[in-house]
Amino acid sequence: MTPMLRKIVFSVAGLLLLIVSGMSFYESRNLKEPVVVSDGVTKVVRLSTYFSPLQGTANDCNIYILEGKEPGATLCILGGTHPEEPAGRLATWLFAENAVMSKGRLIVVLSANRSGSTVTRVGGAYPPDFTIPTSWGGQTFRLGDRWSNPLDQWPDPEVYIHYPSFQELAYVDIRNLNRCWPGRPNGTLTEKTTYAFMEMIRKEKVDIVIDLHEAELQYPVISTIVAHEKGQELAVIASMMLTDMEGFKMGMEFSPKNLHGLSHREIGDHSDAISLLFEAPEPFLDATRGRTTREQLLTGQDDFVVKAGKHGLLFEKIDEKGWPIDVRVGRHTSAVLQVMSSWTEAYPDKPLVCDNVPRYAEVIARGTGAFLRAPAEARQDRLFHE
Amino acid sequence: MELIITIIYYALVAFVSALLIYNLIKSKEWQKEILTIIVLIPFLLRLFMLK
Repeated sequence: MTPMLRKIVFSVAGLLLLIVSGMSFYESRNLKEPVVVSDGVTKVVRLSTYFSPLQGTANDCNIYILEGKEPGATLCILGGTHPEEPAGRLATWLFAENAVMSKGRLIVVLSANRSGSTVTRVGGAYPPDFTIPTSWGGQTFRLGDRWSNPLDQWPDPEVYIHYPSFQELAYVDIRNLNRCWPGRPNGTLTEKTTYAFMEMIRKEKVDIVIDLHEAELQYPVISTIVAHEKGQELAVIASMMLTDMEGFKMGMEFSPKNLHGLSHREIGDHSDAISLLFEAPEPFLDATRGRTTREQLLTGQDDFVVKAGKHGLLFEKIDEKGWPIDVRVGRHTSAVLQVMSSWTEAYPDKPLVCDNVPRYAEVIARGTGAFLRAPAEARQDRLFHE
Repeated sequence: MELIITIIYYALVAFVSALLIYNLIKSKEWQKEILTIIVLIPFLLRLFMLK
């Protein structure tokens, strides 16, 4: 074989690799996720409604607003701050597709960092998506990453200086939505996104913001509510009620005053809203996990993480049953509903009453997919895409 | 400012990609040719805004 022919053969092989991988990345980035909104959704707007420079960017996400039949408080749920923590996103899906507010107002965000949902961890060999089984065949979601897509915000600096605290954070966290609160109008895409959410919180006079997350079992902040000091009482009561009544352990921790950029700290500091952050266990995130597969993501079963637990290296229990996605989603729906009822008891003149959303036991019994609605059967004006 | 830095970054990616392709053409060892192609793929994926 001549050198030129050899180069051509190698180049064609390389081009094939480029095309195959490129198609996979393109399809993952552009996968449309349907949302069939419930009858309780009264308005759907874009995040750029509150901060116009976001218009046309990857993070101009949908905001689903559910106006109650009677007035009350306003609660905002943020899903998809870290898209690779899918129980948070799926829980918001259940609210957007099922909830009806009889008292108060609910604002639901399914893709807080939409850019982060369009990429998986570089070099992490993550699956690009996952499918939740349903009676009508299943719904596929983008897996996403912890950080905004480098295609939307790049390059990263050597050191990330958080605004306005000027605290030094890890360089990569300049693309982490939960290290960029409260944001700034002339900052990076991620900072502009949190600034837009702050504008939304202020303009809509939101009383409570709940940011839904999942955590690795080797991380001490797990199975807990992290609360700004303004929400301490609410979080304590919700934690006690969940642990007593729903059959799963839910702790409560204070938001550290000197750790900046996080939603539970900055939303509370820079608005009138109470800020809470919920963590559910996700073995998929653990560094000691085995194969990083769709099955592992959804079952939460992993022999290596179980072994780490036997060596006392974890902050949450795990056995061969793992932490299935339905358990994690159910924890989040119950925790949000419990915050609403605890708030209503404390402030009966500003109630929050939400109907038609399944709690922990029901999600486990019927599966998350039982509460996802078929897009093929939806009216076009009730069908949206993330 | 961010936009300017991004444009410079993509110009650098394009420049390095061009250098790698030049090296591939000039190389006389098959091992180096394979190595160059493997290194080139992530540069092209970024240049074409795929990953």
